[in-house]
This record gives sequence, C-alpha cells and structure tokens, in this order.
Amino acid sequence: MSAITRDDVAHVAMLARISLSEDELDRLAGQLDQIVDWVGQVNQVAAADVPPMSHPLPLTNVTRPDEVRPALTAEQALAGAPEAEQQRFAVPRILDED
Amino acid sequence: MTETTTPAAGEELTRLTAAAMADRLTAGELTSEQLVHAHLDRIERLNPVLNAYLRVDAEGALATAREVDAARAGGEQLPRLAGVPVAVKDIACTEGLVTTAGSRMLAAWVPPYDATVVRRLREARMPILGKTNMDEFAMGSSTEHSAFGPTRNPWDLDRIPGGSGGGSSAAVAAYLAPLAIGSDTGGSIRQPAAVTGTVGAKPTYGGVSRYGVIALASSLDQIGPCARTVTDAALLHEVIGGHDPMDSTSIDAPVPPVLEAAGTRDLTGLRVGIVSELTGEGYQPDVQARFDEAVAQLREAGAEVVEVSCPHFRYALPAYYLILPSEASSNLARYDAMRYGLRVHPEGVDRPSAEQVMAASRDAGFGDEVKRRIILGTYALSAGYYEAYYGQAQKVRTLIARDFEAAFEQVDVLISPTAPTTAFRIGDKAEDPMAMYRNDIATIPANLAGVPGLSVPAGIAGDGLPVGVQLLAPATSDERMYAVGAALEARLAAQWGGSGSVLDRAPDVSALVDAFATTASSADREVTA
Repeated sequence: MSAITRDDVAHVAMLARISLSEDELDRLAGQLDQIVDWVGQVNQVAAADVPPMSHPLPLTNVTRPDEVRPALTAEQALAGAPEAEQQRFAVPRILDED
Repeated sequence: MTETTTPAAGEELTRLTAAAMADRLTAGELTSEQLVHAHLDRIERLNPVLNAYLRVDAEGALATAREVDAARAGGEQLPRLAGVPVAVKDIACTEGLVTTAGSRMLAAWVPPYDATVVRRLREARMPILGKTNMDEFAMGSSTEHSAFGPTRNPWDLDRIPGGSGGGSSAAVAAYLAPLAIGSDTGGSIRQPAAVTGTVGAKPTYGGVSRYGVIALASSLDQIGPCARTVTDAALLHEVIGGHDPMDSTSIDAPVPPVLEAAGTRDLTGLRVGIVSELTGEGYQPDVQARFDEAVAQLREAGAEVVEVSCPHFRYALPAYYLILPSEASSNLARYDAMRYGLRVHPEGVDRPSAEQVMAASRDAGFGDEVKRRIILGTYALSAGYYEAYYGQAQKVRTLIARDFEAAFEQVDVLISPTAPTTAFRIGDKAEDPMAMYRNDIATIPANLAGVPGLSVPAGIAGDGLPVGVQLLAPATSDERMYAVGAALEARLAAQWGGSGSVLDRAPDVSALVDAFATTASSADREVTA
C-alpha cells in the first residue's frame, strides 16, 4: 500500500471541500501517513470469502405509510440559515463568473 | 414546605441517587424545584472550572420543575422520574436551545425540533438542566477536542474526564446532575464512566432512537444513560429506550427488562467470559488488579468464570478507524455553509463562489481532529482505495461479529477492563492521535458488532483515580449486563462501606475548584504584573 503524500492530502481536502492552510497540509500529511499505514492492517485478515458487514442490523427497506404529517414550516426550516430570501436559502453564486 | 434550602441541605440533595430523588418526590418530602435549585447552585459554583456544561437552561429546568410540583400537588399520576433533573450531551437536538456538538460550526445553532430522546425526557417530565460538553462531533476520548475548551475530571482537575462524553460523565461524577444522556460510537459513554467512577451504558444498536441526534457514524452511534448507580442507569434506559418510527434503524421490540435486572444479586449458574485479548499487556497493572478483583467478586456471587478468545478483536481498532472516518466524512458533508451553521467568506476573494465559501467555512468551522478524520474517510472511500480500506474493514467487522457469536455460545456475558488506563493528563496525547485512538481498544468491538456494553466502577488505582470494568451482552439482551453489573456493584458496595459508591473516595471537588481558581487568578496577576 502506497504511503499518503502531501499531494494526496491536498487532493482529498479538495474533494472534501476543506480549504486547508499550507501548515495544516504539512502536519496532516505526516499524521495520515502513519494512520493509513496502521489501518492497512485490515488487509492481513480479511479473506475473499468473508462477506462485508455494513450495519449491525439486518434491515432492508424499512417503510412507513405515505401519509401527510405535520412538518417544519418554511420559517422554522430557514431559521438557522446563514442567509434567506423569499422563503428560500440564499447562497453565494453557483456558476463561474461570465 | 419551604421552597428554599440552606446551601448544606442543597448539597445533600445533589448526592441522592436518582431513584432516591424520585422516591422522595413521590412521598412529598421534596419538591422538584428544590432539587433543580440545588443542582443549579452547584453548577454555578463549580462549572466555571469543570466546564462540564456548555449551556445551562435554568429557566427551562425550573419551569418543568414547577409544573411537575403543581401536577403532583394536584394528585396527578406522574412517571417515575418526573421532577428528577437530567443533563443532555450537546449532540442531541433541543428545540429552542443552542446545540453545538462541541463545534464552532454550530456555535450559535438553535435546532427547530427535539431529538426523540429529548422528547422522551420531556414526556417523562424530567427538568433538563443543560447541555454537556463533548469532543467536537463526538470525535475523541478526552473532551479536549471541544471547540469550547476541555472539561476537567472532578477527581483531578489536570486530568481528562474521558470522551467524547466527558461533560456528561463529569457532571454526574461532580453531582451537577444525577443523570445524563450520552452517545457511544466507540466508547464515548463507557470510557468516560470508567475514568470518572460513574456508570455508563451503551444499549444494543437500535435500542434507543437516534432521531435528532447529530450523526457521527450512523452504523455505530448509540444513545445511552450516564448515572452513578446501575439502577439509576436502568431507570433512564427505560425512559429513553424503545421503538421510534422516526429512526428506521430503531428496533421494533420492547425495551429489555433492564430495571428488573438491576435488582439481581445472585449470579448462580451465570457464565461469564473474560476476553483474553482485552486483558494483560497494554493494561495499567493496577487497572488489571481491580479487574481481577471484580472477577473474583463475580465468582463469589455464584458466576462460573472462564476465559474466551476473540482473536479478531486485535483488528477492531484499525477497522474502526476506517469505518468511522468513512461514515463521518459522509455525514459531515451536510455542514456546507448553505442551509445552517457557520458561513465564512474566504479572505481576499471579491465575489466568492458557493464552493469557495463552503471550503473556507469548513476550514474555519472544523477543528483539527474533525479535519483529520474527514480527510482520512474521504481518502478511504476514494477511487482506487475503497476495496483495500473500507471494503476490507467491513470484512473485519464481520469477523468481529462472528467472534462475539462464538463467545456468546460459550458464555452469557463477557467482561474486560473498560479502558486500559486511568484518566490521563490533559494535553498528554494531544499531539499523538494514534495514542488517543488506542485508548478505545476495549470499547470499540461492541460498536462494530452492535452489542450492548456497560461500565461500572471497580475501585481505585494506585494513582488515586477510578477504574471501570465493562460487561458485554448479546444484542437485545441488555438486561444481562445490568444483572451482572448490579450484582458486582452490590458486592463492592458492601466491601467499601459508606454509601457504597466509589465517589465517596473522590477528593472534595469544591475544594479542588477553589484551589484551582486561586492558582489561576494568582497566575493571571503574575502575568499582568
């Protein structure tokens, strides 16, 4: 298993939408390299014939009747918004300029 | 009856068990308002140093208390714990009361609804004293990763109270609340209980609704009770447990009879298994000694004790530190600075895009440990690595669940120390994330498999700090760990004398806090001079 590099951390931070500072990148790269090496131990035991387990409960398709029930009002839902306009979340521009 | 109590009488009230508080309330010897006042007074005095509560809701707690007192005076039939105050970890949403999960990201966020667990406390008519401190988004074993400062252990103010639920454990241990709600993803209820001399239970996965609880790792998270006695934990467990249609992973079956089990004293015929992989090397010698004594007590109570092997438990930590960050990186994607929480504009950008605002906000809003785990999880899930890391970790999870199945064919309950050491010093592991992770070695297997676990005090180590032992039971058989925990607690209480609580031997926290405050202010004076 290849070790995690500073560039890997920068790429993953971009995927995770966290703008890390140069210092943070340096520090995290060193720590994550160690951690990734250590968690890689899972490859020592997990054989091909072992089924993966994603959850403790064997649940599939838990459903409920599709009935109208009381829900939050628009005001309640927007109460924690950094910015709201006309009963909507107001967000910074989502398209490139021009 | 007067509504005011002398300070000394108030102190006495806070030392009662929740069960005794409930009995005195029912008997009319005490009002809920007196109880709430007694706790608020103590919180006001000790919390500035302990930092167990992030927010105190005096007004809300007193309003509930007065309603309960009026209802009782009017002859109304009330739930058993009506009027008994409770603290809630700041991970469970409280309508109208700021809920931060210990993060700058949610520093000012007021939830628009109650978590089911909070709703159940309200239905049980329990005054909610406030919200307790925690590691940011429950990532940590020390509460040092809270954005709002660490919580101090009431046994020694330079030590950690465990984590992530160190606020709840410290509040209960320092008599700032008789009961508290915790959440346990890898040990965050059990390990804090162990290092503060209190009791903490992680129910079977799905045993308590997660609806309205801020998610860390959805397949591991479980809500549970923090208390000073096994019976008190069982009382709170029965209030919060049971099916909730709002949580699709909630078990649709009655709550296991944990309160009845907490009355158990005789363990004749019960088979207890010591997990070989969770003792010996790596465990502080006097933690091991208290554990061995607890096992001897169980034998004397009639239990048959054998050693069992769970060979894959040694891979539990690496598997957990892939599964948890993977799920967390996905769950924490919701903090996008668009709909709620912190929004920060990047410096030096004239008209930033939503994506730039998102990235700047997540950098400013998340602390180091949260960033570390999000990056690790994103890496483990990314193209080319998924099979080697997350996929393999899920297979290890199967092997650990199989180890539990095999063990529970031989024994009824498993036992181990809850944590490998007593409380470490604040700052000791701050620069070494892996040393911090290793602290959860004994508690993590239960979360991976979804089985219940209970930590009960087992005595005090040579360093004067408390030690806990952990009991593990098969899924949906939570009552078994309560039965063994209660029998052990009763035998140790008889041996220790006094009230029977290990907390009797804790130093006087008021004196510690006064001394701490004096030192801190003289240090300030030196700095100013």
